[in-house]
Amino acid sequence: MKLTGAEILWECLVREGVTDVFGYPGGAILPAYDAMLNYPVRHTLVRHEQGATHMADGYARATGTVGVAIATSGPGATNMVTGIATAMMDSSPIVCITGQVGSRLIGTDAFQEIDITGITLPVTKHNYLVASACDVASTVREAFLIAKSGRPGPVLIDITKDAQQSSAEFDWDAATPRVPGWRTAPPLDPRALSAAAQLINTARRPVILAGHGVMISGAERLLRDLAERAHIPVATTLLGIGGFAASHPLNVGMMGMHGEAWVNLAIQEADLLIACGMRFDDRVTGNVRTYAPSARKIHIDIDASEINKNIPVDVALIADLSDALGHLLEQVGPNDRAGWLARIAEFKGDSAVRDIQSLPDNGHLYAAHVINDLWRTTGSADTIVVTDVGQHQMWEAQYYHHDRSRSLITSGGLGTMGFAVPAAIGAKRARPDAEVWAVVGDGGFQMTMCELATAVQDGINIKIAVINNGFLGMVRQWQEFFYGRRYAATPLSGPDFVALARSFGIDARAVTARGAVVPAIEAARALDAPTLIDFRVEQEDTVYPMVPAGADLHAMIRRPNPIVETAAD
Amino acid sequence: MTLHTFVIYVEDRPGVLNRVSSLFRRRAFNIESLSVGHSETPGVSRMTVVVATDAGGAARIGAHLWKVVHVVRVEDISEQPAIVRELALIKLAADHANRAAVMQLAHVFHARVVDVAVDSLVIEICAPEDKVSRLMDVLRPYGIIETVRTGRVAMARGSSAPSLAGLGEMTAAQEGLSYSV
Repeated sequence: MKLTGAEILWECLVREGVTDVFGYPGGAILPAYDAMLNYPVRHTLVRHEQGATHMADGYARATGTVGVAIATSGPGATNMVTGIATAMMDSSPIVCITGQVGSRLIGTDAFQEIDITGITLPVTKHNYLVASACDVASTVREAFLIAKSGRPGPVLIDITKDAQQSSAEFDWDAATPRVPGWRTAPPLDPRALSAAAQLINTARRPVILAGHGVMISGAERLLRDLAERAHIPVATTLLGIGGFAASHPLNVGMMGMHGEAWVNLAIQEADLLIACGMRFDDRVTGNVRTYAPSARKIHIDIDASEINKNIPVDVALIADLSDALGHLLEQVGPNDRAGWLARIAEFKGDSAVRDIQSLPDNGHLYAAHVINDLWRTTGSADTIVVTDVGQHQMWEAQYYHHDRSRSLITSGGLGTMGFAVPAAIGAKRARPDAEVWAVVGDGGFQMTMCELATAVQDGINIKIAVINNGFLGMVRQWQEFFYGRRYAATPLSGPDFVALARSFGIDARAVTARGAVVPAIEAARALDAPTLIDFRVEQEDTVYPMVPAGADLHAMIRRPNPIVETAAD
Repeated sequence: MTLHTFVIYVEDRPGVLNRVSSLFRRRAFNIESLSVGHSETPGVSRMTVVVATDAGGAARIGAHLWKVVHVVRVEDISEQPAIVRELALIKLAADHANRAAVMQLAHVFHARVVDVAVDSLVIEICAPEDKVSRLMDVLRPYGIIETVRTGRVAMARGSSAPSLAGLGEMTAAQEGLSYSV
């Protein structure tokens, strides 16, 4: 069957199971857009190509299937870079398709020509420049294989305009990916498995560190089995939230820079860490020299380059997490570990039973209250929360208790402000039946608020909670702690978000009092259309506890006691 | 910090050298030398890359290289008995007064004179790097005009060629990562 390169592109995307793409047209990608109309693919027109990549990313994270973004050459392609890097850092499978100038113009600085494969080399898992229609099918198939296999990540395909326009024989089967260097993890080493099981069976104070890999691998159930059988407490990374139910008695909470004190203390006192699909990021370890000093370490990761990168480990299992846990469970015996669990309860003291809801209303509206109320209102439903980056992100991690896998989507590794609104749109496209909330600061919101128009034009029903404190809050907090309260460039003005949203045709309201929080959330939920709530919260609020960057994990800045001005537990 | 020599087989595709060299830059390792040429398998090129790092760094480089899609095989042959060679061309100021002395020195180093002009000559040497450097040292007083060195190429001794039949399988070195108790 003879087809144009553009038609082959869509043939392949459809056969790969793609039903949604997020993009923005332009000269060099026009042939592909023209052909798109003949294929059963829903296109979401973004307002900025960065948004397209975040939407594809949100789509991928909500379901585990590959998200697709499409843009033109030059600025269309460069605008994608931040979103691609975000997906790379958080192991999210997306395929980005960019148009490129005609192959004879490459290298001539033609209009809207840019070396996007060169630019994205370090932030993609792999990328391609396709200059012939003959190569489109095999490239698309390879790209999907690479994006979703092993440790997932972004793949970019740059297709020249002439490759889209010219014709070639389309043969799906002949385009089966042949990647000589592509490899999956080696078979599990039985010696490593039994060494790991031995360490687990003999450990007195073990802690499981659960990362994003738990959900990527679909290992939630096996992780729970391991934790329950051997009574091992589970601490999660930021991206690991949801992989192990927050309400489970063995879930101690999030670790790291803004993890609860008892979590970090448990890690520091552990005699064994079982790292599952996490990478000992510096926000998790603090000072690596004093990290978990008396613990042996087991590291299970599908990416061999993560082993011994930040923390030297005793046993490494380079494997798909489900595979490794399945085999480990055969060798791990029951254990009640009552003493160790009691010790962690001791670390908690009364802080675990104090409830921020019981703090008296002092007339101020605190972000932590807002987020905790959002959880109380929406937590039992099929809700996905997509956060931006900053203080509200940490409060979300602390005060919204996620019981379901893939119910929190957040930019962890790259910490990309502006992620929430577009990623929420992508998540809603992927999971139309889920209730999707974007929780976003007033800083990050202003970075990508143009995508409100996207939500309206395409009728994408996301709920937006702007945590509006008039500051770049997390940076302000660092200035407060480490720069003598010299607030350089962190006070932030913004438009009237309610009026702004309404100008887009979005229902909106502002909330300034604690009593109005739940009614506003309920009103937003009742509406079958995008909604925005502007929560005007306390301006100089602080995320506690905090391990300063590079400090010992046990050297946290704790919540002030007695708690007066913060909404802390 | 010691010198580690990696033998890397890559698919012969546009940009593959950039993918490999960029990886070293991205991960903050400094390449001491790099050479590329065809391998015994059509469509597959062979790189020899020398990096100064410690054992942990070398293991990480190996693991990162495995992730480059067009890399089909990686070996750190630093611990193996290997033949290591470098080719150098050295252009030297030499006229009738000292030509004989220079040629005698070259002979001692098993180097060859490959070009002779009225006031210069070019010496070719293929030897381990330190021997090349020593030849340079003794020639320097005569006035070196220009030199070119290929950087290190290396091959493990014995018949245990890294078979490309096992494409996609990890090397023993990498499997060693998985078990260290």
